Amino acid sequence: MATLAADDLWKYYGDFPALREVSFSVSGGVCLALLGRNGAGKTTLLRLLAGLARPARGSVTILGRSPREAAARARLGVLGHGIAVYDELSALENLTLFGRLYGLAQPGRAALEWLERIGLAHVRDSLVREFSRGMRQRLALARALLHSPDVLILDEPFTALDDRAVGLIQDLLGQALAAGRTIVMSTHQLREALELATHVALLVRGRLAHFGERTAEMVADPGWLYRRYGEA
Amino acid sequence: MRFLRRSLTVAAKDLRSELRSKEALNASLAFALVILLLFSFAFDPTAETTREISGGLLWLVFAFAGTLILNRSFARELANDCLDALIASPVPPSALFLGKALANLVLLLAVELVSLPVFGVFYNVRWTPYFGPLLGVLVLATWGLAVIGTMFSALTVNLRLRELMLPVLVYPMIIPALMAAMQLTTVLLAGEPVSGDNWLWVRLLVAFDVVFTALALALVETVLLG
Amino acid sequence: MGDAMRRTILYAMTALGALWLARNLYVILLALPDEVAQGAIYRIFFFHLPAWFTCFAAFFAAGLASLLYLIRKSPGYDAFAAAAVEVGVAFTAIGLVTGMVWARIIWGIWWTWDPRLTWAFITLLVYVGYLMLRRAIDEAAERAKNSAVLCIFAFTSVVITYKAIDWWRTQHPGAVLSFRTGGGTIDPAMESMLFQNWFALLLMAAALVLIRMRQERMAREIDGLRRRAHAL
Repeated sequence: MATLAADDLWKYYGDFPALREVSFSVSGGVCLALLGRNGAGKTTLLRLLAGLARPARGSVTILGRSPREAAARARLGVLGHGIAVYDELSALENLTLFGRLYGLAQPGRAALEWLERIGLAHVRDSLVREFSRGMRQRLALARALLHSPDVLILDEPFTALDDRAVGLIQDLLGQALAAGRTIVMSTHQLREALELATHVALLVRGRLAHFGERTAEMVADPGWLYRRYGEA
Repeated sequence: MRFLRRSLTVAAKDLRSELRSKEALNASLAFALVILLLFSFAFDPTAETTREISGGLLWLVFAFAGTLILNRSFARELANDCLDALIASPVPPSALFLGKALANLVLLLAVELVSLPVFGVFYNVRWTPYFGPLLGVLVLATWGLAVIGTMFSALTVNLRLRELMLPVLVYPMIIPALMAAMQLTTVLLAGEPVSGDNWLWVRLLVAFDVVFTALALALVETVLLG
Repeated sequence: MGDAMRRTILYAMTALGALWLARNLYVILLALPDEVAQGAIYRIFFFHLPAWFTCFAAFFAAGLASLLYLIRKSPGYDAFAAAAVEVGVAFTAIGLVTGMVWARIIWGIWWTWDPRLTWAFITLLVYVGYLMLRRAIDEAAERAKNSAVLCIFAFTSVVITYKAIDWWRTQHPGAVLSFRTGGGTIDPAMESMLFQNWFALLLMAAALVLIRMRQERMAREIDGLRRRAHAL
């Protein structure tokens, strides 16, 4: 059974089709890099996969279930454009909160462990409001990984980050992949994404123009895929 | 049950957030005090007639000051896209709604319980006899206000004119609850117990609360999920 | 059913309704005798009472359509709900104005907190809120979904409010608008005219709803075309 499958997805905004006939499936240990120009529909697709919106037609299945079922959502980790942590709470409070919402047995301990892993243990009681962009993104990723999800959905995780933060995130994602998780990640940072990716997909105006394994050409020349589909 | 526990987690989070900054709480309290002051010019605080409308005045204060708190309810989730994270979590949207409504209930009651003594002092109204029933009326009516207000906060969360739309939508709909609350409060502040015909209003409050809570729990998932 | 045929039926309905109303007006104003107790002004009754029935029917239909929209997600239901509310609001306003005019002539005052007038005013505000919400949301599916929920709340609210006001007025009695004719049974000619006018108004209401639905459908198409043009 595929870990994550999209079947004939259509999404309309009014009468305008933002996604058309998008179908693909990935299994455990796959990291799918979702590429496409701005407005191609990447965020829309990720929101459908995460169960944040309903498709007009077609279906999404996560581990055989709809992403709207609580059992599926418990196995899902989501990181969108917004970091989805509360500015007015501390790092520890944020992670503990999400630990509770995800039904972890010991949310406080899990929160502390993750704060160590992302290097924010020393500021655990500081309010997120005071954090830098890199610190926030690290915390956001910890929130997404806190409950050890089988599937990770990330919308442009590397945007506006410095090398150290990027490196840390790549490490964490690499570890998740090695443990058999599935990752779907949209990005404009081709190089960073392609290092991790096992598969690559390209969205052109709502359609899936390309879906396949990462090739040597793509790694050597990140812009290759865009040019191939006339998107350069 | 897990549903209730998750609702309480959400409620606790909202309360902690609000108590850190106290923005909405302070604004609401200040607004309540200002309205009480303005009413003292509109209605002679010493007149016997004012005593007759005391319940009405009080609930006008609560309703107006309350919208400042209700507006924040879902709006506080917009920063950093926190609402998405909550919807993507295994927490059912109805539990999310219930938690927020509970938090709003607490905050609204806080404003009301501070305004009440001030009102008593300004208008020379004794609110301590029958405080038990009075508290009961406060809780029942405020719950109605919280349910409608939280629901419409979810409905209007993505709108530019959110702050304008919320009062326009909420006030006409809570009129039955306000009527009941005003009538019961006037009776209780006049130092009489609830009796006879007035039990009708208690029944109305309960019915209002039950019907709209059920409706909100059923429909909130549709509203939050695109 | 082709669009031309739909249009023809619509014109026919509107024409029929308008003619019937015109004929009714003639009869009401010129042919029927004056009423004993109230004089000429009682003729407004023939518009006042049907206006209430029509507006209540419209709001009920809108609530039903909203429920159906939430179940079926077909945009036709949303268009119907919006149209029905608009027509309902119009008829509520007619009911309010006719009531006020009647009160002015008979009682000498423009407004009395009569239960029905009060209820009508509240209902007007509730559904004006609905119309405002619709205007405030640009995206069609979002607008349909949220206004459907609001419509269900609105109808529940107007029903509860009706009962509540009734009880309030029994405790705080005040002037009550009543169109009781001066003793005895109602003249059969008047009764028949009452029903005839009601049906004529219902016909006009239905025609208006259908016209409004057409507009909604066309607006949706234009919206889709506009988005498509932007995407290119």
